Amino acid sequence: MPEPLHALLPRLRAVCGDDGVITDTARRRTYESDGITYHAALPGVVVLPTSTAQVAAVVSLCAEHGVPFVPRGAGTGLSAGALPHTEGVLIVTSRMRSILEIDVANERAVVQPGVANLDITRAAAPHGYYYAPDPSSQQVCSVGGNIAENSGGAHCLKYGFTVNHVLGLEVVTPAGEVVRLGGKAADAPGYDLLGAFIGSEGTLGIATEVTVRLLRAPQKVRTLLAAFPTMDAGGAAVSAIIAAGVLPAAVEMMDALSIEAAEAAVACGYPAGAGAVLIVELDGPAADVDAQFEEVAALCRAEGAFEIRTASDAAERARIWKGRKSAFAAVGRISPAYIVQDGVVPRTSLPEVLRRIAELSAESGIRVANVFHAGDGNLHPLVLFDDAEPGAAERAAEVSGAILDLCIEHGGSITGEHGVGVDKACHMPEMFSPADLETMDLFRGAFDPAGIANPEKLLPTPRLCGERPGVRKGVHPLVERGAAEQF
Amino acid sequence: MHEATTTTLTEALSAGGAAVREGTSADAVHGRVPRLVATPPDTAAASALLAAAHRHGLASIARGNGTALAWGAPPLRCDLLVDTTALTGIEHAAGDLVVRAGAGTPLADLRDHLARAGQRLTLDPPVPGGTVGGAVATGLSGPRRMLHGPLRDLIIGMTVVRADGVAASSGGRVVKNVAGYDLGKLHTGALGTLGLITSVTFRLHPVPPALRLVSAQAPDAAVLQEWTARALRSAAVPAAVELRWPAEGPPRLQVLLEGARGGIDARAAEVAALLDAPHTAEALPPDWGAPPGGARDTLLKVTAPVSASALAARTVREAARALGTSADVGGSAGAGVLYAALPADADPEAVAGVVARARAALAEAGGTLTVARTAPHLADPALDLGLDRWGPVGGLALMRAVKDRFDPHRLLSPGRGPGGM
Repeated sequence: MPEPLHALLPRLRAVCGDDGVITDTARRRTYESDGITYHAALPGVVVLPTSTAQVAAVVSLCAEHGVPFVPRGAGTGLSAGALPHTEGVLIVTSRMRSILEIDVANERAVVQPGVANLDITRAAAPHGYYYAPDPSSQQVCSVGGNIAENSGGAHCLKYGFTVNHVLGLEVVTPAGEVVRLGGKAADAPGYDLLGAFIGSEGTLGIATEVTVRLLRAPQKVRTLLAAFPTMDAGGAAVSAIIAAGVLPAAVEMMDALSIEAAEAAVACGYPAGAGAVLIVELDGPAADVDAQFEEVAALCRAEGAFEIRTASDAAERARIWKGRKSAFAAVGRISPAYIVQDGVVPRTSLPEVLRRIAELSAESGIRVANVFHAGDGNLHPLVLFDDAEPGAAERAAEVSGAILDLCIEHGGSITGEHGVGVDKACHMPEMFSPADLETMDLFRGAFDPAGIANPEKLLPTPRLCGERPGVRKGVHPLVERGAAEQF
Repeated sequence: MHEATTTTLTEALSAGGAAVREGTSADAVHGRVPRLVATPPDTAAASALLAAAHRHGLASIARGNGTALAWGAPPLRCDLLVDTTALTGIEHAAGDLVVRAGAGTPLADLRDHLARAGQRLTLDPPVPGGTVGGAVATGLSGPRRMLHGPLRDLIIGMTVVRADGVAASSGGRVVKNVAGYDLGKLHTGALGTLGLITSVTFRLHPVPPALRLVSAQAPDAAVLQEWTARALRSAAVPAAVELRWPAEGPPRLQVLLEGARGGIDARAAEVAALLDAPHTAEALPPDWGAPPGGARDTLLKVTAPVSASALAARTVREAARALGTSADVGGSAGAGVLYAALPADADPEAVAGVVARARAALAEAGGTLTVARTAPHLADPALDLGLDRWGPVGGLALMRAVKDRFDPHRLLSPGRGPGGM
């Protein structure tokens, strides 16, 4: 253990207690990576604070000694944003799991950062409310992690991202100070630091208390699955739905390879021979949902859907979603290894980008399964390869990188919801100019002049660049344990 | 360098392509006449302009159509007025429900352009006649913010020129994007104190086929509050729940419903059943979303948790009455963001008193009060009227740190930022 850290240990123990400080190598190793296991580093020391005061005291010690710290929630992130620092303190929020308040009258919940996303909805449901952002790992991912990543989910097409649903934060700054940004009321005076903090990937501090908006559960939810002969036909249906002025809660699409994988894994029973399936979910006032549902079904038929299934209750809905939700894990079962990519293109560019991805796949001999949020152009191509085959990993990484290039070429983004972290920091210059990045760094420096908060994440550094994007083997460990589903 | 002649400065400022002229009294901001007025035709020219202003230590203020120039504190300095009206251009990707517009684009032009594709920027501009950049810099959100979020939630990308003239973008042209810091959030509502906004990219919504406005007069604040709660709880999903409470007379609640033609009347009936003696209209009134009071009134921004929004309106009215004046209140009861107008001729001490008294009472209920705009006779920065425009600002030290990094020499709208930065 590096000397500055060693000197810090007694003081960390005084703050978090002996059982709140982990130095044992085997136990530290369980924190060496997040959802992207390719990036791994043994944390210098791990602390498990139970309160804001403890987090503030730990960060103050780090600031005093110039020791870097990395915040971590449930470790489900997919950009290595919680990759530990070997000479730093990993601050894990897993012991800050209290739902402090469900305030129905104000449509707010106040929670600690370690609370699992879905637990807010579970607590609010008896009152007829829910928490809208629904990342696929919502059963286990933490609200604090959602804030760091500005997490989305399948339903963000209509309801937006974490930033649209968080009204207040208590934050420990990289100087160890406790600051409140926003609260139960909207529009706190002054600059919108709250909005800029959300999605800052732990580089501006640690959220220690979170006030979120609760939404009234919709009166009606209807889900439809449409099978198309080709991806182009499915894509045309999506365009037709949007052009008709319908704003579904979710529009998801899978290609033949991902359907095949899902079928093999969970026997989801999607229509045989489909080149693409589209899942459209509508929610809202019953009259609106019913009217739009008929319109969506008609548009799908007009664009060549050869089979349409509808669900009107939760059980039927779960059956339709089953294949989609299992797609990542399923692909892990048909390929020894794969890279999960997260890129965005303007929705109207989807057909062309998908054709180019197919060409890339054909040229390289690397299979690519496409599973994506079609409504907002957020692609999650799964680049499949056999890591036992020499050179395959490199070729897969090339294909994966080329897909990101395609996204940028079409005016899109290198990440729609997984974040930049370590994994994509080196891709940032492809999307932003040196002046853009320098301006972002100015902002970061306002919060963290000493550069100790999650260093070497989000913005490119010379040391980082040149590393390969993350390669995943088999299924995500959380999925394997049955703890999470993935998109 | 401060002794530079007007000719020298004009040459320096126009070198990058901006048209430069001397300021006149018509260009005054809160009575301060700028020495020069420059109109850059594009971001590159704006960048060169601010770089030159930075070299010469000139303090700049941006102006669009000038409709909200009275918003914000009087500037401490105003050497250069940057007229953004030539920063126009609309790039509408209709199929992607996205538009990029130059900061100087009139909101009305943008609205007409989008309407042709059956789309809209879901911002009911509270001040008519403004530009895109002006609306974003003042951070004004109209009634529909309740369902669709405040203006900042509709912004997906922004290009800004920094105090040192460097042009930088954040966000992008796709709705779903988490690459890098979302600096557009910082500039929204910053009154130009962190940079000059030159273009903004927004997410759009389809224009719903039908609307109904259900309104009713409430006997008092408690009933108004109860109706607000009922509207929020109803499954009818209102797009807006607005409160109008004129200085004289009882309050009204307006509930806006938007959506498919087939369901709209049933939803309107559902909401009407929650109110007493409701009236249902099929169009919006002309003053929809406008702030209360006259253009020269002092305007306070009031926030409160939604369960106390109507009560907050009463709090401000009572504070005004106690100090011998009156308040006209209106805004989003459903989002908990209201405005209160105090008469333009109100006594300065009374205004300061209303602000202090109402702010203290609101703080106890988790709300805030800031001064959005002052009446002309309160706007002289030389007068110390004891008026605290901001009150307590959470995170002010961090805001100062951001300002220090972005504008260390305090050249952008000095004095108009949080806490008087």
